[in-house]
Amino acid sequence: MSGLPGLAPTFAYAPSLESATALDVRERYGLFIGNAWTSAENDATFASIAPATEATLARVAHASAADVDRAVRAARRGYEKYWRKLRPAERAKYVYRIARALGERAREFSIAECLDVGKPIREAREFDVAQAVAHVFYHAGWADKLIWAVRGPDRVRALGVVGAIVSADFPLLSAIRKIAPALACGNTVVLKPSPDSPLTALLLADLCAQIELPPGVLNVVTGDDATGVALTEHPDVDAIVFTGSAIGGKAVRRATAGMVKRLALDLGGKSTYIVFDDAPLDQAIEGIVAAAYFNAGHAGSAGSRVFVQESIAGELVERLRARLATLRHGDPLDKNTDIGAIRSRERLDRILAYVRGGIEDGATLVRASWTPPENGFWYPASFFTGVAPTAGIAREPSVGPLLCVMTFRTPGEAIERANNLPGGLAAGVWTASGALALHVAQRLASGVVWCNTFNRFDPSAPFGGLRESGVGRDGGLAGLRTYLDT
Amino acid sequence: MAPERRVSIDAAMLESRASDLSTRAVKGAAKRAGIDIAIACMDLTTLEGRDTPGKVRGLCARGMRPAPGVPSVAAICIYPSLVAVAADALAGSGVRVASVATAFPSGLSSRAVKTRETREAVAAGATEIDMVIDRSAFLCGDEAAVRADITAVKHACAGATLKVILEVGELGSYAAIRRASDLALAAGADFVKTATGKIGVSTTPAIALLLCESIRDHARATGRNAGLKLAGGIRSTKAVLGYLALVYETLGNDALTPARFRIGASTLLDDLLLQRERIATGNYASIAYVAQA
Repeated sequence: MSGLPGLAPTFAYAPSLESATALDVRERYGLFIGNAWTSAENDATFASIAPATEATLARVAHASAADVDRAVRAARRGYEKYWRKLRPAERAKYVYRIARALGERAREFSIAECLDVGKPIREAREFDVAQAVAHVFYHAGWADKLIWAVRGPDRVRALGVVGAIVSADFPLLSAIRKIAPALACGNTVVLKPSPDSPLTALLLADLCAQIELPPGVLNVVTGDDATGVALTEHPDVDAIVFTGSAIGGKAVRRATAGMVKRLALDLGGKSTYIVFDDAPLDQAIEGIVAAAYFNAGHAGSAGSRVFVQESIAGELVERLRARLATLRHGDPLDKNTDIGAIRSRERLDRILAYVRGGIEDGATLVRASWTPPENGFWYPASFFTGVAPTAGIAREPSVGPLLCVMTFRTPGEAIERANNLPGGLAAGVWTASGALALHVAQRLASGVVWCNTFNRFDPSAPFGGLRESGVGRDGGLAGLRTYLDT
Repeated sequence: MAPERRVSIDAAMLESRASDLSTRAVKGAAKRAGIDIAIACMDLTTLEGRDTPGKVRGLCARGMRPAPGVPSVAAICIYPSLVAVAADALAGSGVRVASVATAFPSGLSSRAVKTRETREAVAAGATEIDMVIDRSAFLCGDEAAVRADITAVKHACAGATLKVILEVGELGSYAAIRRASDLALAAGADFVKTATGKIGVSTTPAIALLLCESIRDHARATGRNAGLKLAGGIRSTKAVLGYLALVYETLGNDALTPARFRIGASTLLDDLLLQRERIATGNYASIAYVAQA
């Protein structure tokens, strides 16, 4: 082709940074109780860190048991004085207002989530915030139609005060998944966000004040595990809805044993991804990327175990290795970043320990070649091959952008090995055969099974785990039942 | 040797990945480079029954020098009877002469007619042949006939670059498109090309990604880097930058040269020149300032 005009411009993307100045973060945040900002007892605070730079984003109040008690009393007052007296259609208007305001301020919330969690801005915008808005709209619609959600028109009653304790993987979305149905069903809420990423919960408090939600309907108390324990054990809290680890879930169960408290637990697990030999391979690879590396693997549903049929294992690993090289690691604020930062130092330390364990167990680590910046917490997308089913990495909960690739021979063996764990949150099945997909899906001990896709969510589709991965559902009709006294 | 494993395709995930890639943020230097790459990789096309030598000479002049300081396009793409005119107009310019052939756009003619048309176009000066596959045979399951057509036309090309048009909009499914692409590459196509441009908009990011994957797998199996030509309904700079991002991330920066990538278009050049002007001056020019052929 020598006759062609010579040309060598490179198409390498120029940096395309979302502007962090579009977000107005205050230096200090108090506790949001009864629509007012107050300091914590003894003015205790902690720093919220941006994991990509280790810079302090804001100092945040650290709520004590006494502060939690104030918040619960405000929530009770809000429930008795305002929220339970409202006609359902009026309540719906408030929830719709939250949805619209959240949609209008989506950019701000996306940037906050991106900075605070270290997740790519594109994910924050297209997934976290977009899903959060969708959840509020969906539940606003339910507020005056709840007689259709339960049997018998005279049985629709709210519970009262709901304590919501959420994790740091999807801070806004997991909070909204609790708050939206709780409010729509007529409850008031005390929200305890994760100390790793409290920023969007605080912005949400601001938003509720802005739309003039009645005082006490949503309260936000920031703090650590002790703050969460105080909320869990508070006698005047009617329900605890919790997103977190299986160990955390067990602690909540123990703490509330013997108390008349509704519980819903959205716990992690080690989700499974099964690829049969007739699967569309290029798309299955994209599915693995969505399963294992979405939010840098920070997700209860992260598909961190891939079982691939032995006949195509070599081919799949080779393609996955090539795909790893094209993942774009880097500044979470860059619109073209695929993999951002690890959300905390503690999380990074766990990843490093997990990797050491895997190598000691004789597995082979394949890691995207990328040199992280000096500051911040980073780990490149990676996977293990040659993983023995009994190895620690094949069984411990997932911790980051890490994946174990294992093989199977028959559908029966795939099902057996997938189910050989105490939890069961999510699974993916990849095959061109609809019959095989259904056969396997029906036999997996998993709250959610995705066929030829992974990590797809919709507010109308219930999400939650089986066995040690939790009780109760977020979303859909099933999700409403947590928040109604039926 | 026929491709062995029939590749199954999942539409939802293919479209999702293609959408992610084609909406990358292409700004600054990447956008400037992208516009020049798109111009240099363009097959500036006219394929109308009313085409005349005058029209073709005008198009050739525009292709050689779209505007001051702008690279020339890769090729001028025309009907066989006008090849001699274009070859004369483009002589010595480095811009290549591409001719459609093989009973374009339907491909419903005998193999003898197809090869003869190809030989005549090459003899008249075409250095590139854009052939169509016989969709009728393909949809009947007669892949051997499709393959034999391509092999025969490749032979008739006698060294000219062969682009094989799949006319994806008529094949019915992603799996069929992938199959047709694998088949064309195995039969010796230098480029696979999406569409004739005669059945409306048919090229989409998902289809471009599908063909990239086919080309990549062919290179893995044989070591031969075939090219991709996108045609049919690509009219805006924004759309082109999305396609470039998709090729860039699937086949690499090396694939973004005229030897391995083409865009077939008749009106796209206008918008590329307007956007180029805007980046240079900061102002949007009127279309009246873009010299037409």
